[in-house]
Amino acid sequence: MHEVAMTEEAAQAAGAAAVDSAPLLEVDGIVKAFPGVLALDKVSFRLHRGTVHALMGENGAGKSTLMRIIAGIYTPDKGEVRLKGRALTMRGPLDALNHGIAMIHQELNLMQFMTVAENIWIRREPLNRFGFVDHGELKRRTQALFDRLAIDIDPEAAVRSLSIANRQMVEIAKAVSFDSDVLIMDEPTSALTEHEVEHLFRIIRQLRAQGKGIVYITHKMNELFEIADEVSVFRDGRFIGTRLSSEVTRDEIIQMMVGREITQMFPKEIVPIGEVVLSVKDLGVEGIFQGVSFDLRAGEILGLAGLIGSGRSNVAEALFGVRPATAGEIRVGGRPVSIRSTADAMGLGMAFLTEDRKETGCYLLLDVLANMDVAVLSQRYVKGGFVLHAALERDCEEMSRSLRVKTPSLRETMQNLSGGNQQKVLIGRWLLTKPRILILDEPTRGIDVGAKAEIHRLVTRLAGQGVAVLMISSEMPEVLGMSDRIMVMHEGRLTGIVDREDADQVRIMDLASR
Amino acid sequence: MAQVDHTVAETSMSFRPMRRKWPPEVGIFFVLVGISLFFEAIGWVMNGQSFIFNAERLEIIILQMSTIGIIAVGVNMVIITSGIDLSSGSVVAAAAVVSASLAQISGDARAVFPHLTDLNPVWPILAGTVTGLAVGIINGALIAYTAIPPFIATLGTMVAARGFAKWFTGAMPVSMLTDHFAWIGSDLNPVMIFLVVAAIFHVVLRYTRFGKFTYAIGSNRQAAIVSGIRVGRHLIWIYAVAGLLSGIAGTVTAARAISGQSGMGVMYELDAIAAVVIGGTSLAGGVGRIPGTVIGVLILGVMMSGFTFIRIDAFYQEMVKGVIIVAAVVADQYRQRARR
Repeated sequence: MHEVAMTEEAAQAAGAAAVDSAPLLEVDGIVKAFPGVLALDKVSFRLHRGTVHALMGENGAGKSTLMRIIAGIYTPDKGEVRLKGRALTMRGPLDALNHGIAMIHQELNLMQFMTVAENIWIRREPLNRFGFVDHGELKRRTQALFDRLAIDIDPEAAVRSLSIANRQMVEIAKAVSFDSDVLIMDEPTSALTEHEVEHLFRIIRQLRAQGKGIVYITHKMNELFEIADEVSVFRDGRFIGTRLSSEVTRDEIIQMMVGREITQMFPKEIVPIGEVVLSVKDLGVEGIFQGVSFDLRAGEILGLAGLIGSGRSNVAEALFGVRPATAGEIRVGGRPVSIRSTADAMGLGMAFLTEDRKETGCYLLLDVLANMDVAVLSQRYVKGGFVLHAALERDCEEMSRSLRVKTPSLRETMQNLSGGNQQKVLIGRWLLTKPRILILDEPTRGIDVGAKAEIHRLVTRLAGQGVAVLMISSEMPEVLGMSDRIMVMHEGRLTGIVDREDADQVRIMDLASR
Repeated sequence: MAQVDHTVAETSMSFRPMRRKWPPEVGIFFVLVGISLFFEAIGWVMNGQSFIFNAERLEIIILQMSTIGIIAVGVNMVIITSGIDLSSGSVVAAAAVVSASLAQISGDARAVFPHLTDLNPVWPILAGTVTGLAVGIINGALIAYTAIPPFIATLGTMVAARGFAKWFTGAMPVSMLTDHFAWIGSDLNPVMIFLVVAAIFHVVLRYTRFGKFTYAIGSNRQAAIVSGIRVGRHLIWIYAVAGLLSGIAGTVTAARAISGQSGMGVMYELDAIAAVVIGGTSLAGGVGRIPGTVIGVLILGVMMSGFTFIRIDAFYQEMVKGVIIVAAVVADQYRQRARR
């Protein structure tokens, strides 16, 4: 292997120079649609030899989807992928690997019960004369690879005994071992400490000097500027542009990532904000988030922004007793409380609309009525063990009307409703419990514009009635338009609370990636 | 060669776990020894005679468990891929009757195939084996190419294969078999077959790529797919082998009993699964070795023989066996939880 020592400037210069030559990997006019969502809209992208190319974009912007297409995991509906000038047809990840494209995924793809060596060389195990796996050679090759990359992990350790950071290093080593021309890294540093990140960067620089093309997906601005030669921005499934990292500023990148007009879709009503209903101090769940403190008042809409993995939903789950907090104090109405189960939370007047209605919200096979009444049954409408059907159904009808749920009847199967209407039914479920504190996790995700507006109006109305609302959202216009104050989290910590007047996109994105 | 700073690397990246000194089967081996000694002690107390040091009894234990053992080897591999096979016992019956039907002596009025009597034993053996293989391939194809969970797919073939055996024999035993065929099931031949099968697949699991793929699929199916393993095709192989081994077990059963009956092999699949789980294979997949399965088979055999020895009622025995199976699975769950 031809190893080259380079100074930082020389590397940058080499990177910049490489950009001018013919691209190593080209992607043209890629379209990819999933049911209900156009993930990629005629996307083009160019990767040059000997460069590190960062990809940036909000959650759902399409970066991972495009990379999965390049790595052969998805097939595009339209468009072409060209490697070294030749168009590629790939039917699976195996084809991509054979062509020289390797990918390190965000979720680790390791076989837990097998050893490090077995994981790295799976499907490429060295065989001895008799056609059997040569375990000695397997270990030797792994050790040689680790020596080259200065990784100190026992090749015969079982993967499940490794820390997440070490598992990530094994994934990285595995991808490097393919000696592929293109190496895609999707958030490779999510579990690594600073030392390990430095180590990874050394490896990346080594690979770049060898003329490989590296795609680096990250949310961390500082990493981008440290390691990347070029940066491309995606937004809403579209490719926005590519810049040299030496010629672009942080603000410009954020502008490209977020650049929507915030139309005043949300007529924000000024609502009298009352007493502190929920007070949280130093809340934490071991290993996930810590030091979260805030107050929530009646009539207030408190937005909670941040990137995927920042811990927002975890905070909500801790408050609602789904995954109780391991540290910190919660006060409801001034009194300290212990919330160790969802029943506790509901007893205190809390309601929680989960992030993923398909997984944790809807009972898709039951009817609308069953979906709506399930939460309130623990409070009312039950006498002597029997359900008071008439009263319950009447109130559910009323709720359905006031929320304008589009359904032929309450007996319609939940599955048949549109996403927006399903969400309204779930909101109705919680409203029936007459909550004091309403926690909404991505309330308008995957919903058409009309229903979105209705839900926003509804939430505003609720705030007007004195409900305290905590709203987690990844959509900037929504957060900025609806919230009285905005909390921002980053990697398990609260990075700031901003008032409505002082908030803008740049400020929020900044806090979210700090 | 590489310009890399080792000092920084060492502090944060070192990981040298304590190397395990003993193979994982040591634990259950001691369980086997313990159970044997337990019955030995009781034997002296109750019957005034030895349990273990009795050549006849040992032979019986081993013979009884050989057929289960042959099945268990295949089931072990299925469970390692986090699947399950409920059809083994029915396949035993199907293979037993099919092989017996081609092993009959001429001159008997009730021969199934009057023109195919006095055949070279190769034919019945082949027929029984292929019967098992066919069912296995059906299982594998269903599981690989439809969304049917292994439990349901093999439940279906379990019922169908048993039905086939009954239809094939008209619910009458297939008897009067040639000596050459019966020889396979005589003496310690079933044990030899079991040991050879176990040895072959131990090597396969431990030393071939096929074996590594098997563990990979069970450990993390998604990772296996992303690593380029053809999971569907591999699963067909696995279930085909399991079926084939059940077919061999069925053939051996017929040879030993010198007859083929549609009622053979009842509950064999459960015994095999129990032996596999006792032997350390996890129902969640990704973990398990043949030596463990062999010891699991022995433990089951010793226990059953022991209960007969101390004259526990046959029906009590079944209840106890049920308790043991549940206990083995619960122990497995604890082992899994401890792993996290």
